Amino acid sequence: MIAFKNAEHLIRLAAAFAIAFVLFLIVRGFLVPKSFGEYGHYRGDALQEIMAQPISYAGHETCEGCHNDIFDVKKAGRHARVACESCHGPLQKHAEDPATVKPQLPTVATLCVRCHESNHSKPMDFPQVHSADHSSGLACNTCHQPHSPRIEEKGKK
Amino acid sequence: MLLLPAAAIAWEHVLAGTPENSPNFRATDHWWGMLLDITKCIGCGSCVRACQNENHVPDDYFRTWVERYVIRDWGFEHIMVDSPDGGKNGFPPPSDNTGKSFFVPKLCNHCADSPCTQVCPVGATFHTPDGVVLVDQTYCVGCRYCIQACPYGCRYFHPTKHVADKCTLCYHRITKGLTTACCEVCPTGARQLADLKDPADPVHEFLKTHSVQVLKPHLATGAKAFYNGLDGSVR
Repeated sequence: MIAFKNAEHLIRLAAAFAIAFVLFLIVRGFLVPKSFGEYGHYRGDALQEIMAQPISYAGHETCEGCHNDIFDVKKAGRHARVACESCHGPLQKHAEDPATVKPQLPTVATLCVRCHESNHSKPMDFPQVHSADHSSGLACNTCHQPHSPRIEEKGKK
Repeated sequence: MLLLPAAAIAWEHVLAGTPENSPNFRATDHWWGMLLDITKCIGCGSCVRACQNENHVPDDYFRTWVERYVIRDWGFEHIMVDSPDGGKNGFPPPSDNTGKSFFVPKLCNHCADSPCTQVCPVGATFHTPDGVVLVDQTYCVGCRYCIQACPYGCRYFHPTKHVADKCTLCYHRITKGLTTACCEVCPTGARQLADLKDPADPVHEFLKTHSVQVLKPHLATGAKAFYNGLDGSVR
């Protein structure tokens, strides 16, 4: 029975470990968020929080719901695949409250050249102009309509 | 069960015989990526501006940006890359019109085996079930380890929130059925959101019929930003 003669200090040690372990579990239960591990090693609620962020760009389908007259013009022209908010800017607020939030008309002088100013780095097949000598200072929309920009020549279709 | 919350939650569903909570959007039905067509990018910077508007990215920081490569004649070892203000206001013409020049839009590659997620010590950055890499900013301790780990330089340290920040692939938009802000405004269709689990998505046909590459494929990060017409010089 020599092995168990001084067993008391071992029991005390084991009890101390057990208490520490239980304390650890209790503290952990409080500190680890409830949803942690719901999908993986992260807080599952974070997904819902990020999903709930507000949007700024309404998306062209929302625009087309009301402005179908412009959409009809646009879909026949060269800008068919340019989304409304690409030029007009983020307009979710306007879509939510069209009466009070009015979008501003973009400035043609800076808008068109953003894409169409000639630049060697742009793809060759993309329509580009040297704006300084293309229109001798006239605004682009004197000749081109932004929603359907191609100028139809007489006799040609 | 206290030690393994994931197991605990799974066990609850097993006991109750119910599937896990899923609202109208089922993340497991999707696997998001993006298709970027270098042959169409005109360097207008619309995507960069849209991203900053949509996600309130602070000035001089970028979740997406556009780089311009200039390679003169046979100078493949002396590639010039510039990105003035992330390409936000477009690019001035190159100093001369010799050689090859093109634009490369960049963003988080939403890697399937992302190095940034692996190094996060607290579980603040993670993969969603639909393959998007996100940051839980309330959980991030700001150690910046993930910023160093990203081989594509797609993360930054938010100057006022003091946490890691990055592209969310507009998770708040794509889960509502919209496309990302950058894809929405891209005037040439050079960027397109792709759902690789949707058999009707045109991305499958495109990947089959074009020379598409990801950035740094040798790192085996499982990058999901697919580049069409990617020049070998792009890093």
